Amino acid sequence: MLKINNLHASVEDKAILKGINLEVKPGEVHAIMGPNGSGKSTLASVIAGKEDYEVTDGSIELEGEDIEELAAEERAHKGIFLSFQYPVEIPGVSVTNFMKTAINETRKAKGLEDMPAKDMLKMIRDKSELLEIDRKFLSRSLNEGFSGGEKKRNEIFQMAMLEPKLAILDETDSGLDIDALRIVANGVNKLKSKDNAVVVITHYQRLLDHIVPDFVHVLYNGKIVKSGGKELAHELEAKGYDWIKEEVGA
Amino acid sequence: MELKEKLVSSFMAFEDTVDVHSSIHDIRTEAIKTFETEGFPTKKLENWKYTSLSSVLKHDYSVFPKNENALEFKDIKKYFIHEIDAYKIIFIDGKYSSHLSQTTHDGLDVCLMSAALTKPKYKVIIDNYFNKIASKDGLSSLNTAFSYEGAYINIPKNKVVDKPIQIIHFSTGNEAALMLQPRNLIVVNENAHVQIIERHQSLTDNPVLTNSVTEIFANKRAIVDYYKIQNDRQSASLIDNTYVNQKQESLAKVHTFSFGGKLTRNNLNFYQNGERIDSTMKGITIIGDKQHVDHNTLVHHIEPNCESHQDYKGIFDDNATGVFNGKVVVEKLAQKTNAFQANNNVLLSDKATINTKPQLEIFADDVKCSHGCTIGQLDESAMFYLRSRGIPEKEAKALLMFAFSNTVLDSVKIPELKNRVTKIIAKKLGVNLGFDL
Repeated sequence: MLKINNLHASVEDKAILKGINLEVKPGEVHAIMGPNGSGKSTLASVIAGKEDYEVTDGSIELEGEDIEELAAEERAHKGIFLSFQYPVEIPGVSVTNFMKTAINETRKAKGLEDMPAKDMLKMIRDKSELLEIDRKFLSRSLNEGFSGGEKKRNEIFQMAMLEPKLAILDETDSGLDIDALRIVANGVNKLKSKDNAVVVITHYQRLLDHIVPDFVHVLYNGKIVKSGGKELAHELEAKGYDWIKEEVGA
Repeated sequence: MELKEKLVSSFMAFEDTVDVHSSIHDIRTEAIKTFETEGFPTKKLENWKYTSLSSVLKHDYSVFPKNENALEFKDIKKYFIHEIDAYKIIFIDGKYSSHLSQTTHDGLDVCLMSAALTKPKYKVIIDNYFNKIASKDGLSSLNTAFSYEGAYINIPKNKVVDKPIQIIHFSTGNEAALMLQPRNLIVVNENAHVQIIERHQSLTDNPVLTNSVTEIFANKRAIVDYYKIQNDRQSASLIDNTYVNQKQESLAKVHTFSFGGKLTRNNLNFYQNGERIDSTMKGITIIGDKQHVDHNTLVHHIEPNCESHQDYKGIFDDNATGVFNGKVVVEKLAQKTNAFQANNNVLLSDKATINTKPQLEIFADDVKCSHGCTIGQLDESAMFYLRSRGIPEKEAKALLMFAFSNTVLDSVKIPELKNRVTKIIAKKLGVNLGFDL
């Protein structure tokens, strides 16, 4: 599904990603771990199409198609979803209206008519139940005054609504208490299928107790320096990142 | 001949055509003298530092249109908020159109200034209210000198007007260039409620300059909602002089939606003559090209325990320029005043300009006054967030601009009007968002 080859990216001439190789197949869950500043969030943003980053070398393919030249919205239309580490507050736009616009713009891009209002309402109701979201919450301004947990739940609610092929969860566990973590992880697990894939970016192992990865990769200094199964996450949790740094440095 | 000379020399002829024996003859004569002395404002005046009238004064305007013009409703329907029942006072090239209007004398007066200025039964109201709060500056004096036609609205005590009143001034382009001086008087008596929508609309590309004066009196506990839709053609310019006098516990709101026209200057003045008064002034300005919109506001807090709220949002593209000059005066007597003022702007191009200047003159010591102005671009991280959800760049921009304007749209009480303004904004931004915020 996702194939990243020798990806180099920089921001304002500062190289952040220095040759990433990663392949994600349908039905798989990949975890990308690493110390602060290793380039995890940059990788997520570059895949989603943030314009601040310049891809200097390498390629990103989604289902065999090079997506590097596509705008963020075009990537979204093709099924890429990024759950933000820091969701942006947008006063004056309700969660419901935002979702309606996002879904109908995506449909428009695919040459489909707007989703009938009745279907939209039903979908919003079903998916909000999945994330244990109160109906009142949906008429509030997007992320405005939301707690950390509400923001993250809202991100996964959007993922549920947009039904992406590839979901990238950027530090979705940060700022979550244990109940919110369980709700969020439960939502992600229910949305998982053999046809879609999830990339979980996290600093800690605890989210991976709930969303169990098939592969764990360690990102350090802009490169994937180690890959393994889920046991690698436990090893990192127990030993920290210093041994990786030493291994790489050596 | 320069416009000023032309106007001054036309005055005698104008008075001959109206009624030289009218009770307001002296007021008009005094006013033309003031205009002769003051003339049109120039950038040398502090209040006009950022707005030059020279480009709109250069045309050879007809001061009195000769021809009567008829318009068919179907051709101009779109300029009305036609989805709702409303009283209508419609003018075509400065002349009243009975065909398009729906006036009333049944329990309230919604009619014409020309009638109010000449018929004896209105004399008391005219003597008490006419030209009592309009400023004696050059522009308002010019309007006063030529005051003849416009809307006259008198709402009696305890009357809650059942439907909004729409005042629309059309210009047809029958004259090569036309100057209009509409004069409105609105008296809302004790405990009465009224909603008014005002619009100036040119139908061709011939230059039009409107110098309008509106005096609004909100008496004790009256509620007045006034909406100005400014979405005229590029050839039309508007100088709107509005004065609101409020008595105790009255509530007056003026919303100004400025989306079109070549040059628009809003002089909006509130005078609080009583306690526990609430005054609200809100505006959304969205302009591009070389358009110019200037909001010059004044709230004069004279007595204690009153509030004023100002919320002006501006979005400027291309070479557009905006001005916000908001003055708040709190007199020594006006203790416990709450005065808020906000002016937030977004510049979409490097060549767009906004000049924003809050002016607070506070002579009382126990008051809460706040003001804030911001100038920025659209938030890049918000743009990426929206686009990452599949919302294209143009629509994402529009959504953010809608969101930005929403605090002003929020307090529009007529749903059909809110809907219309939303549509005008969507059209202006070139999007169809498919929902109303």
